[in-house]
Amino acid sequence: MEAIVKASESKRIHPQKFTLWVAMGSIIMMFAGLTSAYIVKKNQSSWLEFDLPVVFGYSTAVILISSITIHLAAKSFKAREMARYRTLITVTAVLGLLFMGMQVMGFIDLEARNIALTGAKSNSAASFLLVITGLHMLHVLGGVIAILVIFIKAYSSRIKNYSSLPIDMIGTYWHFVDILWVYLFIFYNWIG
Amino acid sequence: MSNEAVLHAPAEAGLHQDAHGDHHHEHHHHETFISKYVFSQDHKMIAKQFLITGMVWAVLGGLMSVLFRLQLGYPDSTFPILQDLLGKWAEGGKITPEAYYALVTTHGTVLVFFVLTAGLSGTFANFLIPLQIGARDMASPFMNMLSYWFFFAASMVMLSSLFVETGPFSGGWTAYPPLSALGDASPGSKTGMDLWLISMALFVVSSLLGGLNYIATILNMRTKGMSMTRMPLTIWALFFTAVLGVLSFPVLFSGFILLIFDRNFGTSFYLSDIFINGVGALPNEGGSAILYQHLFWFLGHPEVYIILLPAMGMVSEILSVNSRKPIFGYMAMVGSLFAIAILAFLVWAHHMFVTGLNPLLGSVFVLLTLLIALPSAIKVFNWLTTLWRGNIRFTPGMMFSIGFVSLFISGGLTGIWLGNSALDIHLHDTYFVVAHFHIVMGVASMFGMFAGIYHWFPKMYGRFLNNTMGYIHFWVTLAGAYLIFWPMHYQGLAGMPRRYYDYSAWESFKQFTELNRFISTVAMIVFAVQLLFLFNFFYSIFKGRKVTTLNPWGSNTLEWTTPINPGHGNWVGEIPEVHRWAYDYGKDGKEFIGQTTPVGADETHH
Ligand code: HEM
Ligand SMILES: [Cu+2]
Repeated sequence: MEAIVKASESKRIHPQKFTLWVAMGSIIMMFAGLTSAYIVKKNQSSWLEFDLPVVFGYSTAVILISSITIHLAAKSFKAREMARYRTLITVTAVLGLLFMGMQVMGFIDLEARNIALTGAKSNSAASFLLVITGLHMLHVLGGVIAILVIFIKAYSSRIKNYSSLPIDMIGTYWHFVDILWVYLFIFYNWIG
Repeated sequence: MSNEAVLHAPAEAGLHQDAHGDHHHEHHHHETFISKYVFSQDHKMIAKQFLITGMVWAVLGGLMSVLFRLQLGYPDSTFPILQDLLGKWAEGGKITPEAYYALVTTHGTVLVFFVLTAGLSGTFANFLIPLQIGARDMASPFMNMLSYWFFFAASMVMLSSLFVETGPFSGGWTAYPPLSALGDASPGSKTGMDLWLISMALFVVSSLLGGLNYIATILNMRTKGMSMTRMPLTIWALFFTAVLGVLSFPVLFSGFILLIFDRNFGTSFYLSDIFINGVGALPNEGGSAILYQHLFWFLGHPEVYIILLPAMGMVSEILSVNSRKPIFGYMAMVGSLFAIAILAFLVWAHHMFVTGLNPLLGSVFVLLTLLIALPSAIKVFNWLTTLWRGNIRFTPGMMFSIGFVSLFISGGLTGIWLGNSALDIHLHDTYFVVAHFHIVMGVASMFGMFAGIYHWFPKMYGRFLNNTMGYIHFWVTLAGAYLIFWPMHYQGLAGMPRRYYDYSAWESFKQFTELNRFISTVAMIVFAVQLLFLFNFFYSIFKGRKVTTLNPWGSNTLEWTTPINPGHGNWVGEIPEVHRWAYDYGKDGKEFIGQTTPVGADETHH
């Protein structure tokens, strides 16, 4: 059975994987909409110029590392090294949370520099940063929750699952939010 | 494998079962009322849920238009019954201005999104995709079920907004700021707008879940032999519809998120230091209301095609079946759907010609907008040539399809007027625009929906709709639609703006008092005829003439190879294999040749 499945899998993409790809296209459109709005807004009057929080550089490193760990996790799963697999997905999830924490530190940093993110004093340059970065964080959170689900599955002995589909899909998604952040980081620094 | 067992392995290739897929089947044999009618995962039941919810909204939305047409037709009269119906919103039997705007706004929102998007795509994508491509169900039946329940939740929130103290949102279906961004701007901008946003956010989620599923199903779950170019045009149209939705709704969503921040967190994306009566100058700085328009119309224009394309697809299919002729120019039909889908993303600023858009940029949008006329004309030409010298059967479904073509021509031509930015300076925000979009989108897509219902009702319920009632419904609706919307072109050309509460207060529009009264009267008649349709629909579910043959229309497509009342899983045995396209009508002296018939050795090529 496994062998047959493998053979046909390589020929044709699994419908759920395919759905994920389309969903990612959809998410791209959302961020494309927001970054386009950012550019439109920037070209109008009263746009506040300020330096990005330094911590965003470090958070970029963190999320890049987490992409490596989830990649290794998927490899261990396929090699059926379950202990290694469990450690690696845990590390990935923790890195995801760390990333989110660092983004919040970035927001605090801005507020400390008297750059209001919301409220009457705020400039939409900062508000955009909050909204776009915040939305991205929610997408990372979605990934963390997905990891939590497979994590529970990996620890419960009753459920034996040999399908690598979930970890593959989470891996794809995780790389996606990673690349999305790298895009946003480049966008904030050099494009927008 | 039993039928049920097959269900759990929906795709023939590439889908593996989890290790204990096998013990699932046992429980699934006795379906409960809840799992069959409420939280159903059967695409056919979900389609019916979308349809009936859409119909409820159509009645509510239609009733709202009757109410505000009463105000427009009889601005000086009072109707005590209105006070009984609306309470403080019609004090003394006259609709208040706030209520008028709330009615217009809710009418627009509900008809565009709940009836013509969820009710149309939701119904027919769900119903027809698995049946016509030869699949047991959607790629993810569970997501499909969620899609309906998100729509249901959106409906409930929107419905509840009708009952809040300050009334539902009243700033127009496009929800432009500042009216939508500022609670103090109008009564409807308070709780009503919060509920509007929540409802629409849920709706976007519903559309995305549905759209993802439709795309994945069409691309991955076609039966053996069903190549993309053998798919019926309905499926192509539903496919492009889903692609449009999946790519444009997220952009609307980003617009909404910024709006939520402006409303609730004091940011200045859309709001600037404008002066509001009774509030004073706003503390906000530098926001741009035009920015919202860009984000809105980037969805808004594709959205009108999301509404139209399913109708186009169904009409193509029904015209061909009932002309007993192949559809003319199949590949040109697919190509023009594709062209429309691409262009739909490149023309949004034609809704913004008078926002101070750079004239050079404006002329680019004029060009791109007018380009849409090309694929549209191709489609019209192909529909007409399909009809040409056909052996036409005038079933109610066919009548509505022909009506669709007529309406699409009439409404499309006025689009070409509006697409010229110079003309649009005069015509923008007048009744000319109202006439244009009601004919080309509102009524035309409604006709597509009716055509689909009359044509596929036998597959949905195993019974026929009553023909006589169908013909009355068709003729009164067609004549009524033209009588209502045609005169609006003249009003618009005369400069009569849309969204005014009482035109009799203007000297230049007094000339239209009689005409407005006439339009309102016809609107009420047309509404009454829709009730006849509703009666026909529900009566026929239980008492209609029974379908006795598998393929009552002599149609080629796969849905007619299923049992008269197909169960969950659609086909009892194996899913049939497909050997040809869907349009072999009148070929080699045969009236029709189903898609499952192998190509004979002596057959001519098409
Ligand atoms: C040749 C094709 C078409 C052209 C050139 C065209 C052009 C336009 C233009 C320029 C406007 C803006 C008018 C204004 O606000 O001043 C407009 C409005 C509109 N069009 Fe079309 N249109 C075409 C076909 C369609 C189709 C096929 C649909 C729907 C299925 C549609 C739906 C609408 C709607 C809903 C609005 C008004 C929205 C609103 O302001 O509330 N149009 N059209
Ligand atoms: Cu448009």
